[in-house]
Amino acid sequence: MSDTTYDKDSIKNVVVVALGVCLICAVIVSLAAVQLKPLQTANKELDRNKNILIAAGLFQPNVNQVEEIDQLFEQFTVKVVDMQEKRFLTAEEVEAAGIDIKKYDQRKAAKDPAQSIQLDKQQDIASISRRARYSIAYLLEHDGQVDRIVLPVHGYGLWSTMYGFIALEGDGNTVAGITFYEQKETAGLGGEVDNPAWKALWPGKSIYADDKVAFEVVKGSVDPSSSRAQYQVDGLAGASLTSRGVQNLIAFWMGEEGFGPILKNLQG
Amino acid sequence: MTVSKSVNEVLFGPILKDNPIGLQILGICSALAVTTQMSVALVMCIALTLVTAFSNFFISLIRHQIPSSIRIIVQMTIIASLVIVVDQILGAVAYDISKQLTVFVGLIITNCIVMGRAEAFAMQNPPGISFLDGIGNGLGYSVVLMLVAVIRELFGSGRLMGIEILPLVTNGGWYVPTGMMLLPPSAFFIIGLLIWALRSWKTEQIEAADYEIGGHTALSRAM
Amino acid sequence: MFEYFISLFLKAVFIENMALVFFLGMCTFIAISKKIETAIGLGIAVIVVQAITVPVNNLIFAYLLRDGALAWAGLPDVDLSFLGYLSYIGVIAAIVQIMEMFLDKYVPALYNALGVFLPLITVNCAILGASLFMVNRDYNFGESVVYGVGAGVGWALAIVTLAGIREKLKYSDVPEGLRGLGITFITVGLMSLGFMSFGGISL
Repeated sequence: MSDTTYDKDSIKNVVVVALGVCLICAVIVSLAAVQLKPLQTANKELDRNKNILIAAGLFQPNVNQVEEIDQLFEQFTVKVVDMQEKRFLTAEEVEAAGIDIKKYDQRKAAKDPAQSIQLDKQQDIASISRRARYSIAYLLEHDGQVDRIVLPVHGYGLWSTMYGFIALEGDGNTVAGITFYEQKETAGLGGEVDNPAWKALWPGKSIYADDKVAFEVVKGSVDPSSSRAQYQVDGLAGASLTSRGVQNLIAFWMGEEGFGPILKNLQG
Repeated sequence: MTVSKSVNEVLFGPILKDNPIGLQILGICSALAVTTQMSVALVMCIALTLVTAFSNFFISLIRHQIPSSIRIIVQMTIIASLVIVVDQILGAVAYDISKQLTVFVGLIITNCIVMGRAEAFAMQNPPGISFLDGIGNGLGYSVVLMLVAVIRELFGSGRLMGIEILPLVTNGGWYVPTGMMLLPPSAFFIIGLLIWALRSWKTEQIEAADYEIGGHTALSRAM
Repeated sequence: MFEYFISLFLKAVFIENMALVFFLGMCTFIAISKKIETAIGLGIAVIVVQAITVPVNNLIFAYLLRDGALAWAGLPDVDLSFLGYLSYIGVIAAIVQIMEMFLDKYVPALYNALGVFLPLITVNCAILGASLFMVNRDYNFGESVVYGVGAGVGWALAIVTLAGIREKLKYSDVPEGLRGLGITFITVGLMSLGFMSFGGISL
């Protein structure tokens, strides 16, 4: 097909084609984005809620259906934790602070100087460098009593920052469950932090002894006859740095700079 | 100038005779990082095949109108728009997999196969056959990618498509996984060996040597 | 603060090397690494382009595209992040084009030396990849500059090293089927394995 009268290299044609392509592409892309956004946001929330449920031991991927997630999640009371003042915020304070519980992204907040603090070397046990001002806790309550509390934790392993949830019983000391929903550790070694068999070792262990964090991830296996077995979990074979990372992040988030004071209030 | 090729040649040629990765050295980038799990690799293959096919189609539709001064940018805009649409769809219907693909879906834009075919084929051929050429090259890419993914997932984690085939020691079985398979270098090794196998079969693809290696002079003098 | 940037830089160069860990920019990586001079030329071009495009894309993302970015224009609820891919690749193409024109006019010797590489850089996955990782990890401007330079240096380091090895490989008796492309892949695999040894270093 030859174009004798239509010069495709003319200035007019360049402008027409450029504008035309931009317009059509922009329309198609915007349509797709706007139409699919609600689905995407719903997916993200569902994913987060699923991880919280798994940590709390209320959801097993092979047993429960995805459709049950929303219903199961309704049992939780969502509370905002003020990490600086070490307490829960009331509903009025949450509104005053302008926090949208559904949209609050702790990871993003930790990078914003206005919403976070820089940790110094002694405080930064988990190598996360910054800590957000607010965090979100998920509580299972009945009759004003806290049955279970699920808290977001993260810390550096060997290759990446591991993000997870830890669930504690109402006494604020006994572990109910742990899950790591995001990590890029060595597959087969450190990556085993997400192995259900290893995570199953955690429920029933205690975090605190004498008001201090006593929890450890030991090298090798825990000696069941030792007096400290109550506070120990087997290390990951061939993944000493990742294991140490897990221990550090528990030490940080269960300690003074983390949720320690809040959990103490639960106990006392 | 239009080169008319048969539908068969266009569709199935790229798998063995003219494999985009094996011979044309195209599109290797994303091929390697996503091959630790078959399910992730499969989604990547489908995404790339669709983007290549449709971008070929649309670019071919307006090939006589595109001015040569903005040729590359127009092609890139069309390709990028298609990738955005695919990325949005993935986030909506396959959230778990899209989390694992992260930035690699976006990298389809710079995947040499897509741009390469747009320049080499779509600009010179009618839309219908261009679409098929896109599918064909996508298939060629997919074959290599899935092959690497099968090897890496099976020997690296004992699974295929997430289903346990070789029971792992950590799960009470006998198979100690070859952890190396899940690390980046293994992908390079596997592709190198695949190219070796391919070229031993289709010897016309062997590259000419830069130098003719002469005989061992010391040995012949001693004889 | 300073050691954080050094740590970020070294991570981008060694531990998270664009070519050897994420396999980005492979096409040109393998095609252009036959001679050391051409590899150095391409490497330098990549470093310069990375150092410019990553921070520029960061500014565009921060002030135009991200959720709430347009607050300065009175539109705080607008989220244009889906236009990301289009704008990043557009910015990259534009900057490469401008660099080409600049070099042609003011440093013609360098322009001739780099020759056909400059346009090739636009479609180099490593360039777009660095911008995408920057967005994915939410770096601020300072981090973007350091990361951009680091990613470029890492890629350049990898390609020059590979070129050095391939020049020596020319005199080796490589099996026919492995000649050229095959042995290159295996070499890169070994290099990648070597770079993994940087993983245990913490700064």
